Amino acid sequence: MPRMTMIEAIRSAMDVMMERDKTVVVFGQDVGYFGGVFRCTQGLQAKYGKARCFDAPISELGIVGAGIGMAAYGLKPCLEIQFADYMYPAFDQIVSEAARLRYRSAGEFTCPIVVRMPTGGGIFGAQTHSQSPEALFTHVSGLKVVVPSNPHDAKGLLIAAIEDPDPVIFLEPKRLYNGPFDGHHDRPVTPWSKHELGEVADGHYTAPLGKAVVRRSGGAVTILTYGTMVHVAQAAAEETGVDAEVIDLRTLLPLDLDAIMESVKKTGRCVVVHEATLTSGFGAELAALVQQHCFYHLEAPVARVAGWDTPYPHAQEWDYFPGPARVGQALLETMGA
Amino acid sequence: MAAQTTHLSLTVPEPSVRPGDMPDFSGMQVPEAGSVRRPPVDERPENMRDLAFTIVRVLDDTGDATGPWTPDLSVAELQAGLRHMMKLRVYDARMLIAQRQGKTSFYMQHLGEEAISCAFRGALLPGDMNFPTYRQAGLLIASGYPMVSMMCQVYSNDGDSARGRQLPVFYSSKEHGFFSISGNLATQYIQAVGWAMASAISGDTQIAAAWIGDGSTAESDFHAALVFASTYKAPVVLNIVNNQWAISTFQGIARGDAQTLAARGLGFNIPSLRVDGNDYLAVRAAADWAAERARRNLGPTLVEYVTYRSGGHSTSDDPSAYRPRDEGSAWPLGDPVMRLKTHLVRLGAWSEERHVQAEAEFLEEVIAAQKEAEAIGTLHTGRRPSVRDIFEDVYAVMPPHLRRQRQQAGV
Repeated sequence: MPRMTMIEAIRSAMDVMMERDKTVVVFGQDVGYFGGVFRCTQGLQAKYGKARCFDAPISELGIVGAGIGMAAYGLKPCLEIQFADYMYPAFDQIVSEAARLRYRSAGEFTCPIVVRMPTGGGIFGAQTHSQSPEALFTHVSGLKVVVPSNPHDAKGLLIAAIEDPDPVIFLEPKRLYNGPFDGHHDRPVTPWSKHELGEVADGHYTAPLGKAVVRRSGGAVTILTYGTMVHVAQAAAEETGVDAEVIDLRTLLPLDLDAIMESVKKTGRCVVVHEATLTSGFGAELAALVQQHCFYHLEAPVARVAGWDTPYPHAQEWDYFPGPARVGQALLETMGA
Repeated sequence: MAAQTTHLSLTVPEPSVRPGDMPDFSGMQVPEAGSVRRPPVDERPENMRDLAFTIVRVLDDTGDATGPWTPDLSVAELQAGLRHMMKLRVYDARMLIAQRQGKTSFYMQHLGEEAISCAFRGALLPGDMNFPTYRQAGLLIASGYPMVSMMCQVYSNDGDSARGRQLPVFYSSKEHGFFSISGNLATQYIQAVGWAMASAISGDTQIAAAWIGDGSTAESDFHAALVFASTYKAPVVLNIVNNQWAISTFQGIARGDAQTLAARGLGFNIPSLRVDGNDYLAVRAAADWAAERARRNLGPTLVEYVTYRSGGHSTSDDPSAYRPRDEGSAWPLGDPVMRLKTHLVRLGAWSEERHVQAEAEFLEEVIAAQKEAEAIGTLHTGRRPSVRDIFEDVYAVMPPHLRRQRQQAGV
């Protein structure tokens, strides 16, 4: 099985789908000739032509709005917003239009678009290259929200997202583009080629939307997380010796509640971990659901480890990023409660 | 030398008249019908910038069609055009009353703007797609969309194809080339460009028509649409309906009177026309010209239709609170129905008697449709969309959390 970075896996997913389905088009800022600022679309324009993969003006609302029109026509646009931090100008098109088109026209018009956006911190990206805006999307009925944590899933989930008949927000943790990251910024980075989930099949395969995966089995406490924090959570479990079960949610909307309930009912404890800010973050939804569905099994309060309720700072990156020490502390506190 | 200090002050444009004042359109330049040149459709955009600063007109004050923009329309087509406009006007009047009677929550009429959507529809072919605002129902009427279906939408009854989910007048019909209307202004303008790009990407022959009002040209989506349409030479007609008013706000607040709205296209090298929106023939001629440019892969065209919103913005609006009550009757471009009627009478293809008779026929037809729609139900009576319809169509397949909520709702 070939080894791929997450960048290569994402590129491979688009390549596979452009090859299989002539209605798949890829565009966004710098994605055409140049191949994307993160190289995710490298070679696609040369292979499929300018009408299938092209550069767009710097207008996020234009990119998404045009994509919605293309989808209404019958194409399957896979769009890129260069950074999730810059999706706000397109928010009206995403929330008011893409998410609601099927509903408001009773299925007469649909919007099978994928909006890819690099997300997350841990790269000294500061305020506008580090945000994790997933909760702004999970609050919107009609959207699907996906966050992969490794190359294998990134390709399978992106192919599933492109094939999905509904609009999908596809958040790519850019900290994971070249290799897994467990939050130990002071240690050398390992590449995906040394990780089993860097094994990515060349051809077509999918990872189902709406299904979580257990990354680490454990009996003492359930960690609910996604994206970069999957790796941080695994590291925290190893380093504290707490027998934690790490669940990689992969899809936040729709959510795999069954997988969550099964694990928390077994462990009786739950820690929710995400990079995004705490207040009204997606962790609040997870904590509420766990409380509602697992109340009589809980032996400790549901804990949340998240970014602080501040804009993402530059110099204080590692005091902000919820690394293995903070996650580990929450694990120990939850076990001691 | 000491710098000279000026105490700065904010400029806020005002309409020249307000309630109680005499209507005043003396500043409006209205060229003679037939006086504006008609360039070939493949003329270079930089050679026809003048067309963004004038008004293309065909029907003169006596009702004669004159000049190079006179479209090649048969008498039967002109009569059909008049009928569409008359039908839309009767439909509007009845739905306005229905709203006042409490049969629905809301309505928006087209009074004075009927020519634009009714005439434009004639320039489109099957498969072309409009991206309308809430004030282009003439596109539906002129395309033969059943009036009962329109009413069922307004009543949100069980016959509503949108299953009661949308505000009245937010129609949708893919079959009739009418994209689903959204309450969020201007969003459809860039979507139309995307749809046109898709047609071009697919090597298709279909074109798109984008619609926006004068007020909404201030939205960012308008700018994005012009950039994208220009960049990709999209086969789209970018229509601006300048009816002078955005609810209570006169067009000067959106800078409609600074240069013209048509002139906005020039910065993108998009050929831009300014057209008499109350002249059925001029609208059709401009639409034909722009549609042909799009079909010949010559790119987008911007068209500003100069008209006047004679009615209130909606049933929730009272225009006498912000503009002279009789301003509409002073509008220099007159009434679109009367102008086409006069033209047909001049041609010997219409008469006062036929007009009165046609009015009565349309009233009868609309009342019959209304009875049929009301037999199904109105907003508060009769057969309504089901509670299940709340949960359907959010996604292609209902996800587990919505299934749970639907069960909670008892269905």
